[in-house]
Amino acid sequence: MSVLIYTENQDGKFKKVSFELASYGAALAKQMGTEATAVSLGQVEEAELQKLGTYGISKVLNVADQRFALLDNQAMAKAIAAAAAKTASKVVVLAHNNLGKAVASRLSVKLQAGLVTAAQGLPSSLSPFKVSKVVFTGKSIGHVLIHTDMKVLTLSYNSFGVAESPVSLVVESFDPGMTDSDFALTVEQTQKVTGKILLSEAEIVVAGGRGMKGPENWGAIEELAEILGAGTACSRPVSDEGWRPHSEHVGQTGKMIAPNLYFAFGISGAIQHLGGVSSSKVIVAVNKDPEAPIFEAADYGIVGDAMKVLPQMIEAAKELKA
Amino acid sequence: MKLLVLIGNVPDTTTKIKFNADRTAFDASGVQWIINPWDELALTRAMELKETTGGAVETITVANVGRQETEATLRKALAIGADKAIRVDADVRDAFYVANQLAQVCKGYDLIFAGIEASDYNGAAVGGMLAELLGIQSVSAVSSVQIEGGKLHLIREIDGGSQSVSVATPAMAIVQKGIAKEPRIPAMRGIMMARSKPLEVVQPVDTEIRVSFESFELPPAKAACKKFSEEQGKELMHALREEAKVL
Ligand SMILES: Cc1cc2nc3c(=O)[nH]c(=O)nc-3n(C[C@H](O)[C@H](O)[C@H](O)COP(=O)(O)OP(=O)(O)OC[C@H]3O[C@@H](n4cnc5c(N)ncnc54)[C@H](O)[C@@H]3O)c2cc1C
Ligand SMILES: Nc1ncnc2c1ncn2[C@@H]1O[C@H](COP(=O)(O)O)[C@@H](O)[C@H]1O
Repeated sequence: MSVLIYTENQDGKFKKVSFELASYGAALAKQMGTEATAVSLGQVEEAELQKLGTYGISKVLNVADQRFALLDNQAMAKAIAAAAAKTASKVVVLAHNNLGKAVASRLSVKLQAGLVTAAQGLPSSLSPFKVSKVVFTGKSIGHVLIHTDMKVLTLSYNSFGVAESPVSLVVESFDPGMTDSDFALTVEQTQKVTGKILLSEAEIVVAGGRGMKGPENWGAIEELAEILGAGTACSRPVSDEGWRPHSEHVGQTGKMIAPNLYFAFGISGAIQHLGGVSSSKVIVAVNKDPEAPIFEAADYGIVGDAMKVLPQMIEAAKELKA
Repeated sequence: MKLLVLIGNVPDTTTKIKFNADRTAFDASGVQWIINPWDELALTRAMELKETTGGAVETITVANVGRQETEATLRKALAIGADKAIRVDADVRDAFYVANQLAQVCKGYDLIFAGIEASDYNGAAVGGMLAELLGIQSVSAVSSVQIEGGKLHLIREIDGGSQSVSVATPAMAIVQKGIAKEPRIPAMRGIMMARSKPLEVVQPVDTEIRVSFESFELPPAKAACKKFSEEQGKELMHALREEAKVL
């Protein structure tokens, strides 16, 4: 028996989220009195694989097959299911991001497993297996029971954190028995924004709303983000207007994020916006309108003009980071 | 090509979330129901494809698992322009239950649209599960769908960028924002026509319940916001470091 985590990678390196998953997998395995194992799909550098041991993973099944770079959901679900069988895993954990959600749903059918997505932290009980999850887009938490023997979870980012618990790691190459016909997807073109912090993995997020007036004023937001090593985000009208890319839209119909620190400049704080950001640990709001609902969700705030406040914050950030 | 759009029926996005007295179930009293926002966009895109691909799209069917109350939502989908609706007459239990019901009635379509998640329980699961049950390819976080020479050309979001991919039909597109610009609203003519369009009611099949909600809670109330003046941007930043310890 074991707990299996699926570790995501990009360009030969694990994504940051993989280490949170490893930490979570190790803690869950401990709670269940078993071992934590991982499966890695695609080419990952040996030194990267070794890092998993630091977070408590004792064995990684390494499927060094180039074809997984296609991110074919069907093929990935098949390979992870084979890894679950090989490690006799009862619980499989993936990240609650675009890829994790897409694969977990298929995987749960293959494994005849109960699925809980957007899980928050460790189960509060193992028998029955009970875990909490985000519902109503952050407006509430639900406690969910999984009734099946096999379980699949996707873990909300930043809901558990990274914890070191070094163990010795065995890297085992694994053949899940893939054939060419398993990879039915053709990738035609990839556009990557390089050098930017992934919004889904950012610890700090700096966001702007319609109160920023126009795309020409985003320089200050980007500068603050750059100094703080933060991701950038926006409200829905801002991406609808084309001031910022859709991938930055947060809220009910955009991304749900939960960074440690969220800055909202010129965002009114509509219920649909707050849904996507209210799990942030600390929220800072700058808005001209003292009645703006964002102040009800914020921990720190300034009633004032974002254009005046941003330069001061940029100055302070430079000093703090110097 | 035959298109199918899955239609989730969810509380209006401005709904104040409340539960029954013992917090075991959502309190739906006074709630306005809407088509799940992504499903509405998916249906809009399906309509656009039908109108612009010169006959490549023969029909658009919409499907829902729900009780009779959800028929208003299905009628709205018909009024927007779907040709036919199917409702599996059952209470929604968990995502697998829904997917398994849909799998019984969703055979023979070339392209199925699902939303990336329903805005009620944020499952983000039905589309992928249904694709697996049907044994078809699924592409998720899709923001553009084109049909060309019987093939699907999609743009999906990946971490840190986007990607153009193509797949053969039949396939499932699990869509997010961007798939259509604005959702269509039914016109008077559409509403009239919807009345006479077929809405087929199907009985559910026995399906194991795999997960269930035991209880719910509302997030703890936030402490009052600590305010600084317009000249105190720096002080606020220092508080984030020294007091909140997040910088
Ligand atoms: C079905 C549905 C889904 C939705 N989903 C989302 C979603 O996912 N995400 C989302 O964000 N929205 C969503 N919305 C839209 C939401 O209801 C709001 O319309 C939107 O969030 C408002 O964006 P905003 O705060 O940027 O703009 P506004 O509401 O226009 O607010 C601008 C704010 O800027 C302030 N301001 C103006 N000038 C300045 C200045 N110089 N300095 C400082 N402050 C200034 C104003 O006081 C105001 O509070 C959704 C709506 C619907 C109906
Ligand atoms: N009861 C339902 N009937 C039909 N389609 C549904 C239903 N529930 C969910 N879906 C579809 O599955 C998507 C994801 O829903 P969920 O997995 O519940 O978050 C929705 O956007 C719909 O397209």
